This record gives sequence, C-alpha cells and structure tokens, in this order.
Amino acid sequence: MTQRARLAVFGVGALGLALVLAWGIAGLPDFGHYPGPYGMLLNRVAVPERHASNVVAAVVFDYRGFDTLGEELILFAAVLGVALLLRSGKEAHEEPRPMASEAVRAVTARLVPVAFLFGLYTIAFGPVTPGGGFQGGVLVALSLVLVYLGVDLAAFRKLTPTPVVDLLEGGAAAAFVGMGLGSLVAGMAFLQNFLPLDKIGTLSSPGSINLLNWAAGIEVASAFVLLFVELLNYLEAPE
Amino acid sequence: MTVAPYVLAVWLLLVGLYGVVTSRNLIHLTICLTVCQSASYVFLLAVGYRTGGTAPIFKGIPLGKRAVDPVVQALTLTDVVVSVTVLGLLLALALKAHERNGTLDPQDLSEVHG
Repeated sequence: MTQRARLAVFGVGALGLALVLAWGIAGLPDFGHYPGPYGMLLNRVAVPERHASNVVAAVVFDYRGFDTLGEELILFAAVLGVALLLRSGKEAHEEPRPMASEAVRAVTARLVPVAFLFGLYTIAFGPVTPGGGFQGGVLVALSLVLVYLGVDLAAFRKLTPTPVVDLLEGGAAAAFVGMGLGSLVAGMAFLQNFLPLDKIGTLSSPGSINLLNWAAGIEVASAFVLLFVELLNYLEAPE
Repeated sequence: MTVAPYVLAVWLLLVGLYGVVTSRNLIHLTICLTVCQSASYVFLLAVGYRTGGTAPIFKGIPLGKRAVDPVVQALTLTDVVVSVTVLGLLLALALKAHERNGTLDPQDLSEVHG
C-alpha cells in the first residue's frame, strides 16, 4: 500500500473514531462530578474495614485482588515471552567497553543503595502512604540497573544471578496464587484477609494485604530485572 | 462543562495511532503504541476526578473528606503495568525481526515476505 493510500484509510478511520468518541464523551457526567457509587463507598468503608489508609492499595490487594492476580500473571507471561524470544544460552562476552566516566561512576555508586532502600520503603509503606508493591518494585529493579550504567553488564548480572531472579519471580507469583487458594481451602473468600488487623496507620495494620503487597513487589522487581537482563544480554551478545 | 481532559485523551489516542500507521521504525512504532495507551490513563483518571477531591489516602486527613475515585486509580495502575510488559515484549519482537530481516522498517518487512 502506498503511503498516500495508507494515510487516506487512516484519515477516514480516525475521523470516524473521533466522531464516535466525541459522541460517547458527550454522554459522560461533567468533569469532576462523576457519581461513582463503588468508589465513594470504598472511600468510606475501606479504612475502617481493612485498616489500610491507602484506599488504592486496599482496592488493588483486597477488594479487587482477583484482578491484581491477573495483572501479575500478565507480567509473568510477558517476561516469559521475552526470555523465550531472546535467551540463547550464550553468555554475553562483551568487549571491554570504555569505562563510565568518573562522574557517572561516583554518582551511581552513591545512588544505588539509596535508590534500593527507597524502593523497599515504597513497597513496605504502600498500604499506608502513597506507593505499593508495583511502584516500589520498579524502583528496586531500576536501582540495580544503575549498576549496569555505572560499571558494566557483567557486574549487573553478577549482582542479579538469573537462576535466583527466576526463582524469586516464579515464587512471588506462586505465593500470590497460593494465598488465594489457601483462603479458599480455609473456607473464606478468595484472597480474604487471614491475619489480625492492627492500629490504622501502622505497618502491620492491614493484615494480609502486606503479604500480597510484598509478593507483588518481589514479582515486579524480579520481572523488571529479568527484562533488562534479557534485553541487555541480547544486545551485547556476539553476532 | 469542562471537556479538556477528555479531548486530551482522544487526541493522545489519535496521534498515537497516526504514529503507528506512518511509522518507519519498529522501535518508534512501539513507543507510538504506548502513547495510545497513555490516552487510557488520562481518560480513567479524568473520569474518576471529583472537584475539590484529595487523593484517596486517608493518612493525616480525616476519613470522610471528599476524595477522588480509588477504583479508577487502581485500574490505571493495572493499565501502566500492562503497558510496560507489552512494551518489553514488543521490543523483544522488534529485535528478533531485525535479526531475521536486517531492517527495522515495517514497510520493508512487508516487501520481504510479499
């Protein structure tokens, strides 16, 4: 198809899509006046009921925990796909690349522990303050990727041995599923809380939300590390 | 009625699609797809916004204070995760396409395979 024909087809399609979307938007409630009954109810009951002051975390890991299970499995399947496509068994024998500049090495060396700790903090306090397993997991993974930036791929791979990260990723996904099935076996609803609740605002306040939150954090961190390892290893592997 | 956030979402979707249709590079095409997906973040967050509402995190603010909808925020979180995983998978596919055909241009790829 020529570029012009392609654009013409796109133009007609985009115009139609824009019209349908405009029609749909015209029927939406005014911006700022969405009368979402489910959300308003959760904002009222989530804190007294689940002792999690971050209502979004309560939604993700409790009220809609089943959706989050699907989300974890999407992440798991995508990383599996990347590994299947790119993992060749060949170790990357990188050419000794020019060392990162003095400034880059100095900054990354100081940043890695701080970023790693901040990631763990973001996971741990997710149910209490803004954050959570998904956000913190990405921070943890990226703090490790900084090692690649400051040193090289070999150091990054040594810090994150793939068999261990594979195990962490699979184990975290299995733990999430296991907690759901375990609560079913115990005669409760899927992923229902089974730990005592504590004073609102403390780390131990929301019971088993904490466990699910950590499972998600470990899953996300190891999935991202694997994505980076696979992609970087492929790019630096000999032809 | 304020429609600007909704218009922004539609614009992001269409401009991302335009990029996908006209792209001459698979990496660029993948990024265009994530632009499309950002339309859904803007849209979800705009739908859940309540005038004068705070974030639905009741730490240090009294319970019952007017807050935005937490459900769409959780959906947006899911959306972001899915977007990133799809991005990772598509980049891997782009690398493989380059390895097989020696080009990243999707229009050359269609010529290679007739």
